[in-house]
Amino acid sequence: MALQSLDIQRVSATTTPPPGVRQTIEVAKLIDVSKCIGCKACQAACMEWNDIRDEIGSNAGIYDNPRDLTADSWTVMRFSEVELEKDKLEWLIRKDGCMHCADPGCLKACPAPGAIVQYSNGIVDFHEEACIGCGYCIAGCPFNVPRISKKDNKAYKCTLCSDRVGVGMEPACVKSCPTGALVFGSKADMIEHAAERVVDLKERGYSNAGLYDPKGVGGTHVMYVLQHADQPELYHGLPKDPSISPMVALWKGVTKPLMSLGIGLVALAGFFHFIKVGPNEVEEESESELH
Amino acid sequence: MSIKTNLVVRYSANERMNHWLVAITFIMLALSGLALFHPAFYFLSNLFGGGPWSRILHPFIGVVMFVSFLGLIVKFWGHNYITNADREWQKHLGEIMANKARNLPEVGKYNIGQKYLFWSLVVVVPMLMLSGFIVWRPYFAPFFSISIIRLAVLIHALAAFIAIVAIIVHVYAAIWTKGSIRAMTRGTVTTAWAKHHHPAWYKEISKDAKL
Repeated sequence: MALQSLDIQRVSATTTPPPGVRQTIEVAKLIDVSKCIGCKACQAACMEWNDIRDEIGSNAGIYDNPRDLTADSWTVMRFSEVELEKDKLEWLIRKDGCMHCADPGCLKACPAPGAIVQYSNGIVDFHEEACIGCGYCIAGCPFNVPRISKKDNKAYKCTLCSDRVGVGMEPACVKSCPTGALVFGSKADMIEHAAERVVDLKERGYSNAGLYDPKGVGGTHVMYVLQHADQPELYHGLPKDPSISPMVALWKGVTKPLMSLGIGLVALAGFFHFIKVGPNEVEEESESELH
Repeated sequence: MSIKTNLVVRYSANERMNHWLVAITFIMLALSGLALFHPAFYFLSNLFGGGPWSRILHPFIGVVMFVSFLGLIVKFWGHNYITNADREWQKHLGEIMANKARNLPEVGKYNIGQKYLFWSLVVVVPMLMLSGFIVWRPYFAPFFSISIIRLAVLIHALAAFIAIVAIIVHVYAAIWTKGSIRAMTRGTVTTAWAKHHHPAWYKEISKDAKL
């Protein structure tokens, strides 16, 4: 839900430029997986700030709770136990949620004008009042993030606390993080901060440490510092090179104008055929022959 | 009266009602589907009570069309086998379109254009039903993987495009060929129309009448 209205970069299902004269700083949230202790304070803060309360689930023998993102759980800690070297267990804890892509697949797929917007600060926000509940955003998202609520059939996901950011505050999750694993600021500053963290991690023996800011989606406004940036899949299947699916790109790319034009042209061809040759009538003589 | 003896029956009342049930639901589906396909058509969603109502109604209307289309398949299947005379007739399509055709091969109940329409819908309508079922929220889509849903929406759009273009051609052909529309509204055509456009069919029904 938005408090901002004039600093919009992209609007779903809209073919004219959105209001975009205001230039805001591109923001980003940096999630340093190496500093995360899995306390879930960010999950609690997200619920608290956004007034969402998920149903109480059941324990499935793993720490992930709730077990998946839902319309009422916009961020979930994903716990992965990996053993890259024998007898050296690593507990990789990734805070999952919307990545706020620079090239958002959800927005590309959305058929409802204004239901998804991208602010010029990079935040991708759902405006549920315009959502029609078709679920195309789910098909469009390369990270499997949006969820349709069973209560109201509207799509929900992390807003990056656009309401807080709009008035100069950091997202609720960042505010609550006790270890500094979550930081928020301009994207440029976050990249710089991440670079320092990567140097530190490399010194500590994580030779493949790196920043996750996938170029396939134009970069993201939620980024990760990963100990094993060469294998993001280790972190509960974080995609290595995410991009908008070619099927979605085709469906919401060239086919839209081409097929619309095709339909129009066929109808127009019929009309002009009629104007040129006139109707196909049975000749008068053959009508009268019968009498 | 002479007016009545001048007419031959082409469609029964059940066939006509079945056809128009498919036609009405098809138009509703095309309008609500286009609304969700391209923002230029989004205003059409107002015809159905807005975006959410378009999304809710479209698949239910789709089921009605699919089921009623099955009726048309059963009724018309046997008349739509493509014959050598049809292929010969197709070679004269340019002259036919220019209203200059003479001495055409004798066409049965349907010409090859009508048969192409029939077979393309026989292929495309089940594709629409199947792909539509896969993306139907909130009921069925959650049972399918995201990659299957992506494929389904693309197939749905392509199949719908084929169907809409085919139907535009169908509607235009009916308008262009004077005396055709009454076949589906009144059930009858003039004998002259039948002899001119579908001579083999006319011979067949007059033979039957004599028996």
